[in-house]
Amino acid sequence: MSIQTVAAVLTLLAILALGAVFLRVRWLAHDGRDYAPVQGTAYRIRTIVFWVLVLVGLPISILLFRENPYSAQAAAPQVVNATGYQWYWDLDRSEVTAGTPVEFRVTSADVNHGFGIYDAGGTLVAQTQAMPGYVNRLIHVFDAPGTYDVLCLEYCGLVHHNMIAEIVVNEGEANDD
Amino acid sequence: MTDATFMQGAMTTADRGRLWVVLYLATTGVVLLLMMLAGLWMRLAQAGWLSPDPAFFYQLMTVHGTGMVGIAALGGAAVLWHFLSAHVRLNSWVMGANFGVFLIGVVAILVADLLGGFGGAWTFLYPLPATSQGAWPVWAAALHLGGLLVIGVGFLIWCLELARGIIATYGGLGRGLGWHLLFANSQQNVPPPTVVAATLVTIVTTLALIAGAIVLVMSLVNLAFPAIEIDPLLAKNLIYFFGHSFINATIYMAITVVYELLPRITGRTWKTTKVFLAAWTLSTAMVLTVFPHHLLMDFAMPVWLMAVGQIFSYINAIPVLIVTGLGALAILHRSGIRWDLVSTLLLIAVFGWMAGVIPAVIDATVVVNSVMHNTTWVPGHFHFYLLLGLLPMFFALMVHLARGEDVTPRGGDLTAILYLVLGLGFVSMFLIGGWASVPRRWAQHLPEWQVWDQVASVMAAGVIVLTATFVATFLVRIPAILREA
Repeated sequence: MSIQTVAAVLTLLAILALGAVFLRVRWLAHDGRDYAPVQGTAYRIRTIVFWVLVLVGLPISILLFRENPYSAQAAAPQVVNATGYQWYWDLDRSEVTAGTPVEFRVTSADVNHGFGIYDAGGTLVAQTQAMPGYVNRLIHVFDAPGTYDVLCLEYCGLVHHNMIAEIVVNEGEANDD
Repeated sequence: MTDATFMQGAMTTADRGRLWVVLYLATTGVVLLLMMLAGLWMRLAQAGWLSPDPAFFYQLMTVHGTGMVGIAALGGAAVLWHFLSAHVRLNSWVMGANFGVFLIGVVAILVADLLGGFGGAWTFLYPLPATSQGAWPVWAAALHLGGLLVIGVGFLIWCLELARGIIATYGGLGRGLGWHLLFANSQQNVPPPTVVAATLVTIVTTLALIAGAIVLVMSLVNLAFPAIEIDPLLAKNLIYFFGHSFINATIYMAITVVYELLPRITGRTWKTTKVFLAAWTLSTAMVLTVFPHHLLMDFAMPVWLMAVGQIFSYINAIPVLIVTGLGALAILHRSGIRWDLVSTLLLIAVFGWMAGVIPAVIDATVVVNSVMHNTTWVPGHFHFYLLLGLLPMFFALMVHLARGEDVTPRGGDLTAILYLVLGLGFVSMFLIGGWASVPRRWAQHLPEWQVWDQVASVMAAGVIVLTATFVATFLVRIPAILREA
């Protein structure tokens, strides 16, 4: 299951659960009761929800941050220097090999761009920003051979939507450093 | 538990600037409809049902984004002023001055975008305004940024007036946040929820506008003297600190309609408790610090700031969910009310706020952001939050005023239910697009993406019709509203 699907399912479940609570409140609102016991129950629920969010959710958020791409290192990666221009990508190589890390050194010659790698099925598999004056190192391992597209994911002017390049990913071991 | 109860004694709000509140709300309603039509036009273009020049698409995208942020602030200001002025003496000339300045800025932006051809998006990321490959002239970029600066100055003056009023009435912004109760257990002059919200708005918006003014002036200097360059990463940080904090603050302005009207509708009080105050103090800090979640794909950022962006975004959701959300549900639960248009709009607003936060928190997780940043998941979040959270708050106040501030239930709420259903359909298409990796801000979509654009267009048309009914309900009653004042 892709990260996108996990994110979408979690979002859907959370919104449905929340919606169910709202529907219940709406459904029972006509049945007037004293506020004090209702409020007491609400305070108890609040306490439980608070501690669940803190004791369960917060550690998950902190642990998930460990899965960040910022300090990624790869032994003997294949290196691709990528520079964004209005409105094209300049890649110093357009073929890499699947199964071994590729280090994209991404920058821009003019304005901000977004370097988004899409697989043959049109799914976004990795990205970083391309910013003038900075080089962002994105390390990615292509799981499968095929033709991947690089789409611009940061609005950069009038031909932003046509700023597309191709990367061919071949089978086999990497043959260069 | 130490409680200080704010009793909702008055049945009407003695606001001192009713004329301006009405004018703000009327302007918000009309501009909102125009901006919605612009949004529909963009969705129709992405759906393949229109074939516009991409240059015009991006100009309209810039107008739509900038305009929506502007009227979110204008409408939020109207709601907050209306309710705050019952607790704090405010000088209504400030509302007039801000409105005049706002109009000047709007005219400048419209001329720059529609006549000058500026299409740098509402984010105006440096150095795009100055680097368009001839798509727009420098004067258009300068006029757009200058218009934003003028509007920002107007709202800064407005914020300073809020600060003055709160300090004069409560003795300081800390007391406006209820710190004397929270930290010293003092029961004297405990601020009601509206004042607490206004204090957050004052602090957050003032700082956001100062940051925005700084980056706007820097960008204007760069336009005039291209040799004077800006660090793009610094500019991006300033822009998102300004942009995120400013738009986020608008819902904290508008939430006051929930705090004020639900107690009147249900006859139950909304207490200023220590938990409430702690939540709002936490929110004040979080709203100002979560903006790095917009820069999670800028790997050159310090890693600790990225951690702040992810983890604080999660923490920021907690007070929203458990204090305002649960508080509203508790007040409504088994309250004996009969649902009508106003109460249902308020219920939808609280749901929209709480539910709209969820996709944002998930996307603020770096591992998710790596494959969903700048897809349509992002507009999915903020359209959810604004369309189903913020706007129903505006509509609730509009209808409430149109009914002479009488909270006796009347009529049905079918239009509100339809608005919710169609709104959910509309924002779901953005979210599904994000799930399918559709990039945001593309003038032309691939054929395989267009089915969601087409469904979204139909839903958007329905949302616009319903919005028009809410706005019209208010507009036709304006003479009576002013007479009643």
